[in-house]
Amino acid sequence: MSAAEPLLRVEDLRVEFPTEDGIVHAVDGITYQVHKGRTLGIVGESGSGKTVSSLTTLGLTRRQGARISGRILFEGKDLVTLPEDELRAIRGNDIAMVFQDPLSSLHPLYRVGRQLTEAVRAHRDVSKAKARERAVELLGLVGIPDPARRVDEYPHEFSGGMRQRVMIAMALANEPKLLIADEPTTALDVTVQAQILALMERLQRELGMAIVIITHDLGVVAEMADDIAVMYAGRIVETASATRVFSAPEHPYTWGLLKSIPRLDGSREEDLVPIPGTPPSLINPPSGCHFHPRCPYAQPDHARIDPALEPVPDEPGHHVACLLEADVRRRLWEQLGAGKTPEEALAEVGLPGAAPA
Amino acid sequence: MSTAVGAAGPLMRVRDLVKHFPITRGIIIQRKIGAVRAVDGVSLEIERGETLGIVGETGCGKSTTAKLMMRLLDATAGEIDFEGIDITRVKGARLKAIRREVQMIFQDPYSSLNPRKTVGSIIGEPFAIHRLMREKGERKREVQRLMETVGLNPEHYNRYPHEFSGGQRQRIGVARALALNPKLLIADEPVSALDVSIQAQVLNLLRDLQRRLGLTVVFIAHDLSVVRHMCDRVAVMYLGKIVEIGPNDALYAFPRHPYTGALLAAVPVADPSLHGSERHPLGGDVPSPANPPSGCRFHTRCPKAQALCSTQEPALEDKGSGTLVACHYPLSREEVAEMGVRSAR
Repeated sequence: MSAAEPLLRVEDLRVEFPTEDGIVHAVDGITYQVHKGRTLGIVGESGSGKTVSSLTTLGLTRRQGARISGRILFEGKDLVTLPEDELRAIRGNDIAMVFQDPLSSLHPLYRVGRQLTEAVRAHRDVSKAKARERAVELLGLVGIPDPARRVDEYPHEFSGGMRQRVMIAMALANEPKLLIADEPTTALDVTVQAQILALMERLQRELGMAIVIITHDLGVVAEMADDIAVMYAGRIVETASATRVFSAPEHPYTWGLLKSIPRLDGSREEDLVPIPGTPPSLINPPSGCHFHPRCPYAQPDHARIDPALEPVPDEPGHHVACLLEADVRRRLWEQLGAGKTPEEALAEVGLPGAAPA
Repeated sequence: MSTAVGAAGPLMRVRDLVKHFPITRGIIIQRKIGAVRAVDGVSLEIERGETLGIVGETGCGKSTTAKLMMRLLDATAGEIDFEGIDITRVKGARLKAIRREVQMIFQDPYSSLNPRKTVGSIIGEPFAIHRLMREKGERKREVQRLMETVGLNPEHYNRYPHEFSGGQRQRIGVARALALNPKLLIADEPVSALDVSIQAQVLNLLRDLQRRLGLTVVFIAHDLSVVRHMCDRVAVMYLGKIVEIGPNDALYAFPRHPYTGALLAAVPVADPSLHGSERHPLGGDVPSPANPPSGCRFHTRCPKAQALCSTQEPALEDKGSGTLVACHYPLSREEVAEMGVRSAR
């Protein structure tokens, strides 16, 4: 970990949406940082708050009546309290975003070139001709063949992968310092996904930007991320280097995720170990540790005590929010790594079993 | 139903199956100006008790193939032989009898269940359609038994789909498909709409049912890791054709078709220690199935393509590694290793 000031520092961010049914605690006090030139992967399932937290970074939840507290520091400015016009100068300029669905993020009635020049001219005082030149250059940069011709085409004339390249070109229009990519390849086929991921890695090397990649796909974060934050029910439950998260994960939810995906290089005979139950309601999240109703290792007091994200002993940079003793966690993961089921691991370690709801 | 003759040999035999969707111009007088060749000459056999995986990218024809097997679409040409009967031609009562034997699990557990019906009547509907279990108490008992089989609480018989989570809804879909005790179960992307933790629950359920009931399953998916986990044999499709087919172990350990290799190399693996290797993803996009390339359809994107590939279409042949491959210049072990295929052995 570098001691330098991070490019983005999120501190105790909370985002709540008042609704008819109650207050949705979409993001419930998360803290993370992103350093220049590095990639942070935010992993979680639907409803874990990963998208809301990054939309909030760009001020895109303000209008939806969200209650936001905490701080989002970007180059010394707090994006939570920054006036709208100053935020607009940063959005799409220093911080850009790529969304999941490239078809619905492009305007169907405008030529691709016009949408790109708009992105350029929103932040730079350049002539239309200059902006168009830049648009062609950008399309070339993201690997679209024959960019001078294709700049005059409409989004429907592009394939899914090509549209996502256009979205990335648009995000890169002003050479952002931070690129937020929200499930950038989820809608794409696997060979096209590989193209887009390779493209993002190449552009990061060439332009030196930091990337926050949000995904539910553990394979994608393993390929892309230097550091990983695992989110569950609006909180970060574990954060560490990518290598640590995959080789020595500390949180039972992370174990659950790793054990529930079939791997291309894994054993076919082994059954998957699903996480029991379903993700909780964010209006009425469970008491204590949010994960305790689904956690096979939960102890009676875990329903009362709320775990904080704390450093793992002797592992700088690795933080986990779990009430189990560090030593117990290590022994449990050893058992799971050896192919034991959660029940067997519990017996081996000598913990009383929990009965997940 | 099954006769002594029908019990031998494969359960289903698909021969030169073709499905073209016409492209028309004009509103009142529609002229046919072309065709989307969604499935363009597929032949395969489904053995009793096996799980056959069909993989491929968007538009390769895998879902169309499944719909043809169900007779939800009428084939343009070719034969689908199900226990000795060509189901592409049958009608009326005989078609209904065949539909009873082939059931489907759909991708989206939200849109494939009628929100206004109770779970009990959704799972019991196949009985109503086929006039089985006509005594009310009997039908309810059978539905509750099915609910238990797929891990649903039978007491939830009178609940509505919205009261269930995504994973539970997919279980409802599975129970409905199993209701008539079908000989063939077709699962079209059964887990791709589900979250990771829920996906594993449904995959385990399907694997467990396969083992317990000896089901014959056609498993269609784009996720190659999931297909490897679930299937005995795998067919890889590209632009309406099978490019490679064979036993799971052989195909994943030593893919011979350059497209199979590229697909496998493109799968991101959840292991950052494998990160270092530079990857060379397949370039370009899938060409339009309305106007597929000449010769081998993959030649426009294939790194190994030669002059022959654009003129002569390769046949599906045994190239000595356990799979059938449609390629003039199949991959060598060295090439597979170089591509970074993580399942290679």
